[in-house]
Amino acid sequence: MKVYVPGDSAAKSVGADDVAAAIASEAALRGLDVEIIRNGTRGMIWLEPLVEVDRGAGREAFGPVTVADVPGLLDGTLDGLGLTDDLEWMKRQTRLTFARCGVIDPLSLADYEAHGGLAGLRRAAAMTGAEIVEEVTASGLRGRGGAGFPTGIKWKTVLEADAPQKYIVCNADEGDSGTFADRMIMEGDPFTLIEGMAIAALGVGARKGYVYLRSEYPDAIAVMTKAVDLARKAGVLGADLLGSGRTFDMEIRVGAGAYVCGEETSLLNSLEGKRGVVRAKPPLPALEGFLGRPTVVNNVISLATVPVIFEKGAQAYADFGLGRSRGTATLQIAGNVKRGGLFETAFGISLGDVVNDIGGGTATGRPVKAVQVGGPLGAYMPVSKFDTPMGYEEFDQNGGLIGHAGLVVFDDQADMLQMARFAMEFCAIESCGKCTPCRIGAVRGVETIDRIAAGDAGAQELLTDLCETMKDGSLCALGGFTPFPVMSALTQFPDDFATKQEAAE
Amino acid sequence: MTRHAAAPTVAELSDLIAPHLHLEGPLLPILHALQDAFGHVPEAAMPLITEALNITRAELHGVMSFYHDFRDVPAGRHVVKICRAEACQAVGGTELAEATLARLGVAWHGTTANGAVTIEPVYCLGLCACGPAAMVDDKVIGRLDSVRMDALLAEAGA
Repeated sequence: MKVYVPGDSAAKSVGADDVAAAIASEAALRGLDVEIIRNGTRGMIWLEPLVEVDRGAGREAFGPVTVADVPGLLDGTLDGLGLTDDLEWMKRQTRLTFARCGVIDPLSLADYEAHGGLAGLRRAAAMTGAEIVEEVTASGLRGRGGAGFPTGIKWKTVLEADAPQKYIVCNADEGDSGTFADRMIMEGDPFTLIEGMAIAALGVGARKGYVYLRSEYPDAIAVMTKAVDLARKAGVLGADLLGSGRTFDMEIRVGAGAYVCGEETSLLNSLEGKRGVVRAKPPLPALEGFLGRPTVVNNVISLATVPVIFEKGAQAYADFGLGRSRGTATLQIAGNVKRGGLFETAFGISLGDVVNDIGGGTATGRPVKAVQVGGPLGAYMPVSKFDTPMGYEEFDQNGGLIGHAGLVVFDDQADMLQMARFAMEFCAIESCGKCTPCRIGAVRGVETIDRIAAGDAGAQELLTDLCETMKDGSLCALGGFTPFPVMSALTQFPDDFATKQEAAE
Repeated sequence: MTRHAAAPTVAELSDLIAPHLHLEGPLLPILHALQDAFGHVPEAAMPLITEALNITRAELHGVMSFYHDFRDVPAGRHVVKICRAEACQAVGGTELAEATLARLGVAWHGTTANGAVTIEPVYCLGLCACGPAAMVDDKVIGRLDSVRMDALLAEAGA
């Protein structure tokens, strides 16, 4: 009998290690032949630790499983949820990027290949750089880190740049609250990221790659480090990549707790061993990136999606989606929500369906008040905007941004003035300090919101003006987008700002 | 967290610095290696780093002080990072953090009087669907409530 107990850190954070240990000792006690596999998570975080038992007739799901449930689990008397693949949450998804996550042993290259892994890289190895870039362009893939820039265009710029050395840098500094897709794929299917980076390298002519991985993810660092070693030993990386005669190798680099290093130019400075200060653009990193060389900087999910595009073909990927948002969105449903987790589906589903239908509303059972989409720099969307379809342009038109597709749900007890204040405070703490509107503006923003809370009627106009200045005058998204959560809170939830004022009068 | 009892020797420090010198952009890996070994970046390592990388002491200070992770003095025996970010706030993270700080009588970044625990804020552990979340040294904990937090702190000796 095979038993799957996720080694994903979300599962571990709620006791998966203890459950795995209990299964091992209980099985030993009974003399049972049990193979325990520490897979990634299926993404149903509310059911973690989600244990799957395969007695030969498919994988049956149980969850959340506690140590006390283990004897019953092995007896076959514990109530299960049915076959994992038959669960509504799984059946409704289109799993392309996350097809293997939670299914395979993350560190088994054989398992990876048996589930379609390396097919994309093998195909790419027989293509020219220009053909590879064209395939990515045709897929319509856009940067999943938040900006939504077409990946193919970025790669084309690097391909056409003439330089003795080029780099692939993976941005794994997933600092946005409400996002965990990068962490999940790195812990649950690390080879797909390695394969995606290798395809990118073949495409643009890079020989070296880096994953800049945040220090807040010790489990992901451990898994990725092991996966790179295994890939190198198996010849997936190295001097003769899969026998293609081409060279590509990569390293895992650990961040040091600075949120702003998720911004690509700040990340490059950090990777070079400098302060993570934002660089002015131009020059684009695609032309002058790491150590001044042409560099592809892509988010984890963008790169991890590349293998499936090459495995199934660009058109097959582009067939999913809405408008100019092609393929799938890896929705991360988080915060105060009944069913939180990762749900991969074609772009186009409405925000309300994600929150209420898939997520099941709030965990507290109270009415939803707001959903912050796209991380700490994303807007607070009120329930009145729940018909907004998940798509880059569609969110933009509704005053928001889809970002990394993380959604944080708040119930009616949330105080939006406090959330606006927190956005400014966070910006002040994490500002790299290079430009004044962000460095000083964020501090003044906190003070101004405190004045509103204290009943200063004129302060709202001042806050609006300050947000305009930050938006127009900041170099990067930290100062430039902090006005999104602040102004959306102010305009969509005026009562939270007015009540304070009236109470003070 | 590993910590050497005596002050580190030049040889010990050099052994941690040298393996990274061939890297492109070696400074962060060096600082991490030192901090992993000693719990902080020892003063004695500073001249060795600046010498090895041909950077000024000011440049090194600039980098050290930019990043939240690096410390030039030791923390408590355990570091408890409590997530302050939005997803954890949505499920009571702020109240939990404030109660924890009040109970220990410390502010953010403070260390308990017995030196057992340093409390730090962290902005997202990627446990946004199972918050409130925290990390004790390198171990992640989700679905926290005050009872579990008390147990963790007791275990850490706070």
